Amino acid sequence: MSTPVVELAGITKRFPGVVANRDVDLSVQAGEVHAVVGENGAGKSTLMKILYGMQRPDEGVIRVDGAEVAFKSASDAIDAGIGMVHQHFMLADNLTVLENVVLGAEPRRGGRLDTRTARARILELSERYGLGVDPDALVEELGVGDRQRVEILKVLFRGARVLILDEPTAVLVPQEVDELFASLAGLRAEGVAVVFISHKLDEVLRVADAVTVLRAGTTVTTVPAQGTTPRALAELMVGSELPTPETRESTVTDVVQLDVQHLSVRSPEGRPVVDDVSFRIRRGEVLGIAGVEGNGQVELVEALLGLRASTGTVRLGDQDVSGWSTRARREGGIGYVPEDRHRQGLLLSASLWENRVLGHQGRRPARRGPWIDRRAARADTARIVEEYGVKTPGVSVPAFALSGGNQQKLVVGREMSGAPTLLVASHPTRGVDVGAQAQLWDHLRTARAQGLAVLLVSADLEELIGLSDTLVVMLRGRFVATLDPAGTTPESLGSAMTGAAA
Amino acid sequence: MSTAAPERLDPGPLRRAPRVDGRALLLAVAAPLLAAVVALAVSSIALVVSGSDPFTVYETMLAEGSDLRSVLITVNNGVPLYLAGLAVSIGFRMGLFNIGVEGQYQLAALLAAAAGAAVELPAVLHVLLIVLVAVSVGAAWAGVAGVLKTTRGVSEVISTIMLNVIAAGLAAYLLATYLQERVEGSNNQATPEIAPSGRFPTLDAPLEALGVTLPQGTSLNGFVLVAVLVGVLYWLLVGRSRFGFDLKATGLSPSAAVASGVDAKRMTVTVMLLSGGVAGLVGLAQVLGDTYDYGLEFTSGLGLTGIGVALLGRNSPVGIAFAALLFAFLERSSATLQRIDVPTEIYVIMQGTIVLSVVVAYEVVRRVGVAQAERAVRAATGDRA
Repeated sequence: MSTPVVELAGITKRFPGVVANRDVDLSVQAGEVHAVVGENGAGKSTLMKILYGMQRPDEGVIRVDGAEVAFKSASDAIDAGIGMVHQHFMLADNLTVLENVVLGAEPRRGGRLDTRTARARILELSERYGLGVDPDALVEELGVGDRQRVEILKVLFRGARVLILDEPTAVLVPQEVDELFASLAGLRAEGVAVVFISHKLDEVLRVADAVTVLRAGTTVTTVPAQGTTPRALAELMVGSELPTPETRESTVTDVVQLDVQHLSVRSPEGRPVVDDVSFRIRRGEVLGIAGVEGNGQVELVEALLGLRASTGTVRLGDQDVSGWSTRARREGGIGYVPEDRHRQGLLLSASLWENRVLGHQGRRPARRGPWIDRRAARADTARIVEEYGVKTPGVSVPAFALSGGNQQKLVVGREMSGAPTLLVASHPTRGVDVGAQAQLWDHLRTARAQGLAVLLVSADLEELIGLSDTLVVMLRGRFVATLDPAGTTPESLGSAMTGAAA
Repeated sequence: MSTAAPERLDPGPLRRAPRVDGRALLLAVAAPLLAAVVALAVSSIALVVSGSDPFTVYETMLAEGSDLRSVLITVNNGVPLYLAGLAVSIGFRMGLFNIGVEGQYQLAALLAAAAGAAVELPAVLHVLLIVLVAVSVGAAWAGVAGVLKTTRGVSEVISTIMLNVIAAGLAAYLLATYLQERVEGSNNQATPEIAPSGRFPTLDAPLEALGVTLPQGTSLNGFVLVAVLVGVLYWLLVGRSRFGFDLKATGLSPSAAVASGVDAKRMTVTVMLLSGGVAGLVGLAQVLGDTYDYGLEFTSGLGLTGIGVALLGRNSPVGIAFAALLFAFLERSSATLQRIDVPTEIYVIMQGTIVLSVVVAYEVVRRVGVAQAERAVRAATGDRA
């Protein structure tokens, strides 16, 4: 094997009270897509920060082209040809692609921005790596996939030969993922090394040449992508046999808990985004909604919660709640696990117990007359922390300090409190590691067995098939197919989602 | 103006930091200390540049500011600043910038003074009527901005600034035409004096009963009690009630608050009404306890200073009290400064410096606190992020 373009050897990084990386080895060849996988908290982020010069290792060495280097900052790493594309894009919306790409690394001529040289470089790079970027487009007019390619271009423009992609597919829809992978193939062909961080294992195996698995801060192994399976990787990640989301016996009753008739939601432009949808969920039933993101799932969920104006009727139990406010609906028994917990589910800088109160302001135990019962709220938060295994030193910790999986456990625990009769759950285990996922599934199954009606929206097809009693496929605002999860495979569901089998 | 700003104005996670060890407490003390050091340093530079010896100046300010007469004046002047600070701060809690306290209190004071002079009622009722008029006018004037924001999406910053201008013009017009009492041979314009039944009692008698001898010509404005009462109500409402929780949640994350069932529009209007209502009280310390009328020389600028007081007080009722007293003290010192030949504008520089230092110091300490909280969680859970 030739000299690796980047090599990390024996990297150890300690933070006060914790070892984030312990004796980690990683070796990346030029022209290789190298995936780094691991559960949340396995040490992926720290390792990448070390590689990108944002953190300095306590022990171990970094070699670039065989020569030992010591990065003091990210700009040292950039100078050495290492670039990083962050999960959250750092682009100025009101500037053009060209302006964004050159920002901070402007080619100058006579003290002014040399637009011609910049444009030529961008076009050349875009051409060579097959990125298909228009330098004069305004960034605010670009879709997520295009923005990501602009980010990649930005890094290449600075001369990167090693590209670190942090969870690049988390924000993409399936078609965009395909485009991204095509771009990565272009980069690989041109000899760029790509370090690809992800925990979507099927994607990792589609795109990577080699996979390094981290667990509890250290490297478990590096395997070639060929010949390994997502399941094998997942088991390496957690270090044990995997749970499955299967729901065994049916708990569906005859009592209809949610009855939705002719529900429609229009976009601000007047286009129907949810188009005359009718369905029922009985007590003890999980209705799974499958569909490519952006086909009206978000709007349907928000209409059920009263967060979005809609027409049609919604009956919860024996009450018509169509005209009810969000608060009345929630207090009427609807629990809500939002798709984006940071946006809708949590007050990040508030404490855990205050987050327990959120959405339950008007109910016991959080409420006592016109006041917030702080003691009861704290006690009940402690109960959730205990029952759901939220890893935290206490209930006064701000929510942002918890890892994503623990935040999600808190949100689900909260929404299961106060005896909900209907749970509306959007991607309840998204961004959650395998262990936490299994726990959350267990909680959902237990609640379902006790008569909870669940509306489950998920992009995880195995989760949908495993948990649902009934599956519907949503396409362009309509329910286009109803499937029995027993006879459905992820493949057949996937093709139904794109409208092929409908 | 986005919601990012109020996030910074919020006391931040500092006050909610985990009780891991004494370090949290140390952090809480560090911010005001750091701010004080920076403010003193910058003010000293300003003094040196203007040709004075900072130590002499501070010494004189402290010496003259600590005599009983000065203390009383400081407290009296601090009362309207405190109320203005509270009014602004209610909005801050949910990320609303009520820049319009200025116009709200002036219009409220004028109409309340005119209403108070127009009627004769038994003592308590008379005062209550004046307070009611002031609170209603302040709330209504602020409510205009609230309604504009919820129905037409007009930024409350813009609308309240414009309403300030309109209020100033409207007040001057009303005073010049309908509401003034014409006095032969005087150019002064003022509303008629409020009858004794509509005046707020001073606290001189209770003070003297405690054995304090008041210097000639000074008294303690009874409105101090109203300020304390409003402060306690503010604490209960904002810090302890369900409404306060909704308010805080909306300030921290509007989207999460809405998803939790908060009616954002209703909240905006309610908060503007509350803020304006408190703003309506600002001018009453003067109308009810000092001049008993509203005239051309009625104190202006309290609403704008109130923004600084609210920032300095970090949205806590006790903090705002300290801030109001500090501002009143500095203002009082301007007379002292003049006597020892220091430019009086120095006190404005000091006020500004203090606000800036506090905002910066709290942000620095907030970041340290954030890092500390994250480390504490990592250490306690063994999670590696």
